[in-house]
Amino acid sequence: MIRYIAGRLVESVFVLIIMSFVIYALIGLMPGDPIDLMIKSDPRLTPADAARLRAVYGLDQPLLERYYNWAMKALGGDFGNSRLHIRPVLDVMGPFMTNTINLMGLSFIASVAIAIPAGAYAAIHQNSRADHIINLLCFAGISVPVFWLALMLIIVFAVLIPILPASGVSAINGGGFIDTARHLVLPVITLTVFSIGSYTRFMRASMIEVMRQDYIRTAFAKGATRGQVVRRHAFRNALIPVTTVIALSFGTLFSGALITETMFAYPGMGKLIFDSIMGNDYNMALVTLLLATLVTLLANLGADITYAWLDPRISLGGGKSAKTKGGS
Amino acid sequence: MSMPVPLTNTTDTTDTAATGLSTWQIFISRFATHKMALISAFVLVLMSLFVFGASIMETLFGLDPTQVDLDHRLTTASFTHPLGTDELGRDLLARLLRGGQVSLIVGLSAAVISAVIGTIVGLIAGYYGGRMDGLLMRLTDGVIALPLLPLLIVLAAVDLNKLGLSESLAQNPDIDLYRIIFIIALVGWTTVARLVRGASLSVRELDFVSAATASGASDLRIMAIHILPNVVTPIIVATTLTVGNVILLESVLSFLGLGIHPPVASWGNMLTGAQELVWTAPMQVVYPGLAIFITVIAFNFIGDGLQDALDPKATRTSD
Repeated sequence: MIRYIAGRLVESVFVLIIMSFVIYALIGLMPGDPIDLMIKSDPRLTPADAARLRAVYGLDQPLLERYYNWAMKALGGDFGNSRLHIRPVLDVMGPFMTNTINLMGLSFIASVAIAIPAGAYAAIHQNSRADHIINLLCFAGISVPVFWLALMLIIVFAVLIPILPASGVSAINGGGFIDTARHLVLPVITLTVFSIGSYTRFMRASMIEVMRQDYIRTAFAKGATRGQVVRRHAFRNALIPVTTVIALSFGTLFSGALITETMFAYPGMGKLIFDSIMGNDYNMALVTLLLATLVTLLANLGADITYAWLDPRISLGGGKSAKTKGGS
Repeated sequence: MSMPVPLTNTTDTTDTAATGLSTWQIFISRFATHKMALISAFVLVLMSLFVFGASIMETLFGLDPTQVDLDHRLTTASFTHPLGTDELGRDLLARLLRGGQVSLIVGLSAAVISAVIGTIVGLIAGYYGGRMDGLLMRLTDGVIALPLLPLLIVLAAVDLNKLGLSESLAQNPDIDLYRIIFIIALVGWTTVARLVRGASLSVRELDFVSAATASGASDLRIMAIHILPNVVTPIIVATTLTVGNVILLESVLSFLGLGIHPPVASWGNMLTGAQELVWTAPMQVVYPGLAIFITVIAFNFIGDGLQDALDPKATRTSD
């Protein structure tokens, strides 16, 4: 087990290093560069000044060398200053992170709390009317464009029946707990709808698969009631693959959060990433993108480890587990 | 964009001899039992007719998707403008039809390109196995593990001039379309790759593959002629579901101002700036999103129906 975890950790670090380079290179390909921005804000700068500044900032060096210099500084905890916030990027991120954790955490709890029972119910009552309705709702949830859903919720609950705020994280003068909660309602609903459909379908599929297993038939043969079989045997076993899939979908949930935050002007990490990319805030964009990648990788690592830990049938012999996962 | 939909991969073929029906007939009859898939297919055919016949409709009714008319901004439905006009006085229906062209073209082409990449990766991984499999699947897992949307935003924001593209090419009006198809295909191939790899792993163990190897067939020939036809089912299903996802991704990128740029209409960019419109002209906000929603859900239902029809193990009705 420890060897397995260590191996996966090394792998994740490797992926992170590659991604940091890819992201660094991509950021360098975005329109404009820091010197262009300086020239724009100070017309007295001559082309000679610009060239000198490029040399000072090391922008005339080859990509690999620049990346190496950046990475060395980053390892020492220096990620540079944010252009838009005019402060070290790490100092800026704190409140944004809290907001995103609130939004994603609440939506995650809400969608799991609804999706798991709904999926299990649909599986046990396969082909019933309820199953069909749940299935239809899942498809609707999977297919709705998140940004449009947000707009529709704003139209209904902020314009037509003005009972909820359409944007922001709290009223201008602070507002307190109730106010913060009211600002969270529409974003949380949006993100919940975004994720709930696929969670429910995963749970349903997993439960149906489990109900076909021999040990379920054995349990019935031994005289267990339907309720007992479902609760003790089927439900628990069905949760194992669902746990993995849900953890693996962290990156997707974060993508949903990015749209949701942008729609509701909710100051979280997703909006921070978007705004820094659009606002040529290179240092900020780099760090936030890397952080999003890191957290996603950690979630996947966690998913693999819990899967291995929860399901004793999985062998941890490196290559073998990879085969049983994707194959047959 | 949306979460991945659970898929099963099996390579069972229906027992045609026992029923006396051709595989095609069985497929049709099975697909027909999936009511939502049938309705969806009908809706999509109808929509394609309207969308790709847009130029005919425009000349017939005298509509122009780019004609700005500042005297008639944000008007409601009227005889000359069946759905009203947008904030620049352009006809909304005409723009919806043109936007539909973009969505369908991007959705279908990016999904097909994704499927081709995914099939090649999956076939090689599944057929060769071993270290090659390990390497390719790590790559696939790596791409799946990435936060997709932030990455797509960066890719869409890349300055084409800095990539060394000439000014005239970077200014080409179709470049938006090519670029978005390319970047979505670049990250969209993973589902197909995993499914094809899983299916190939089991197919390569079958006797006819051993027979082909024994008779001296090359690896390429075995993959193309013996394995590929047997893994077509998961490819078709996954590609159909990918179309829906691609349309969602395209719409959100265009909405954020990073995909298809105005004046070319797309369902996504018709909603750019809609946060202000919700107060003044909410119906303007409803139509484009509804069009995306209907198209995406239709592709997803068809994918579901295809899966049921092509894969007897996964049918909803079997128990």
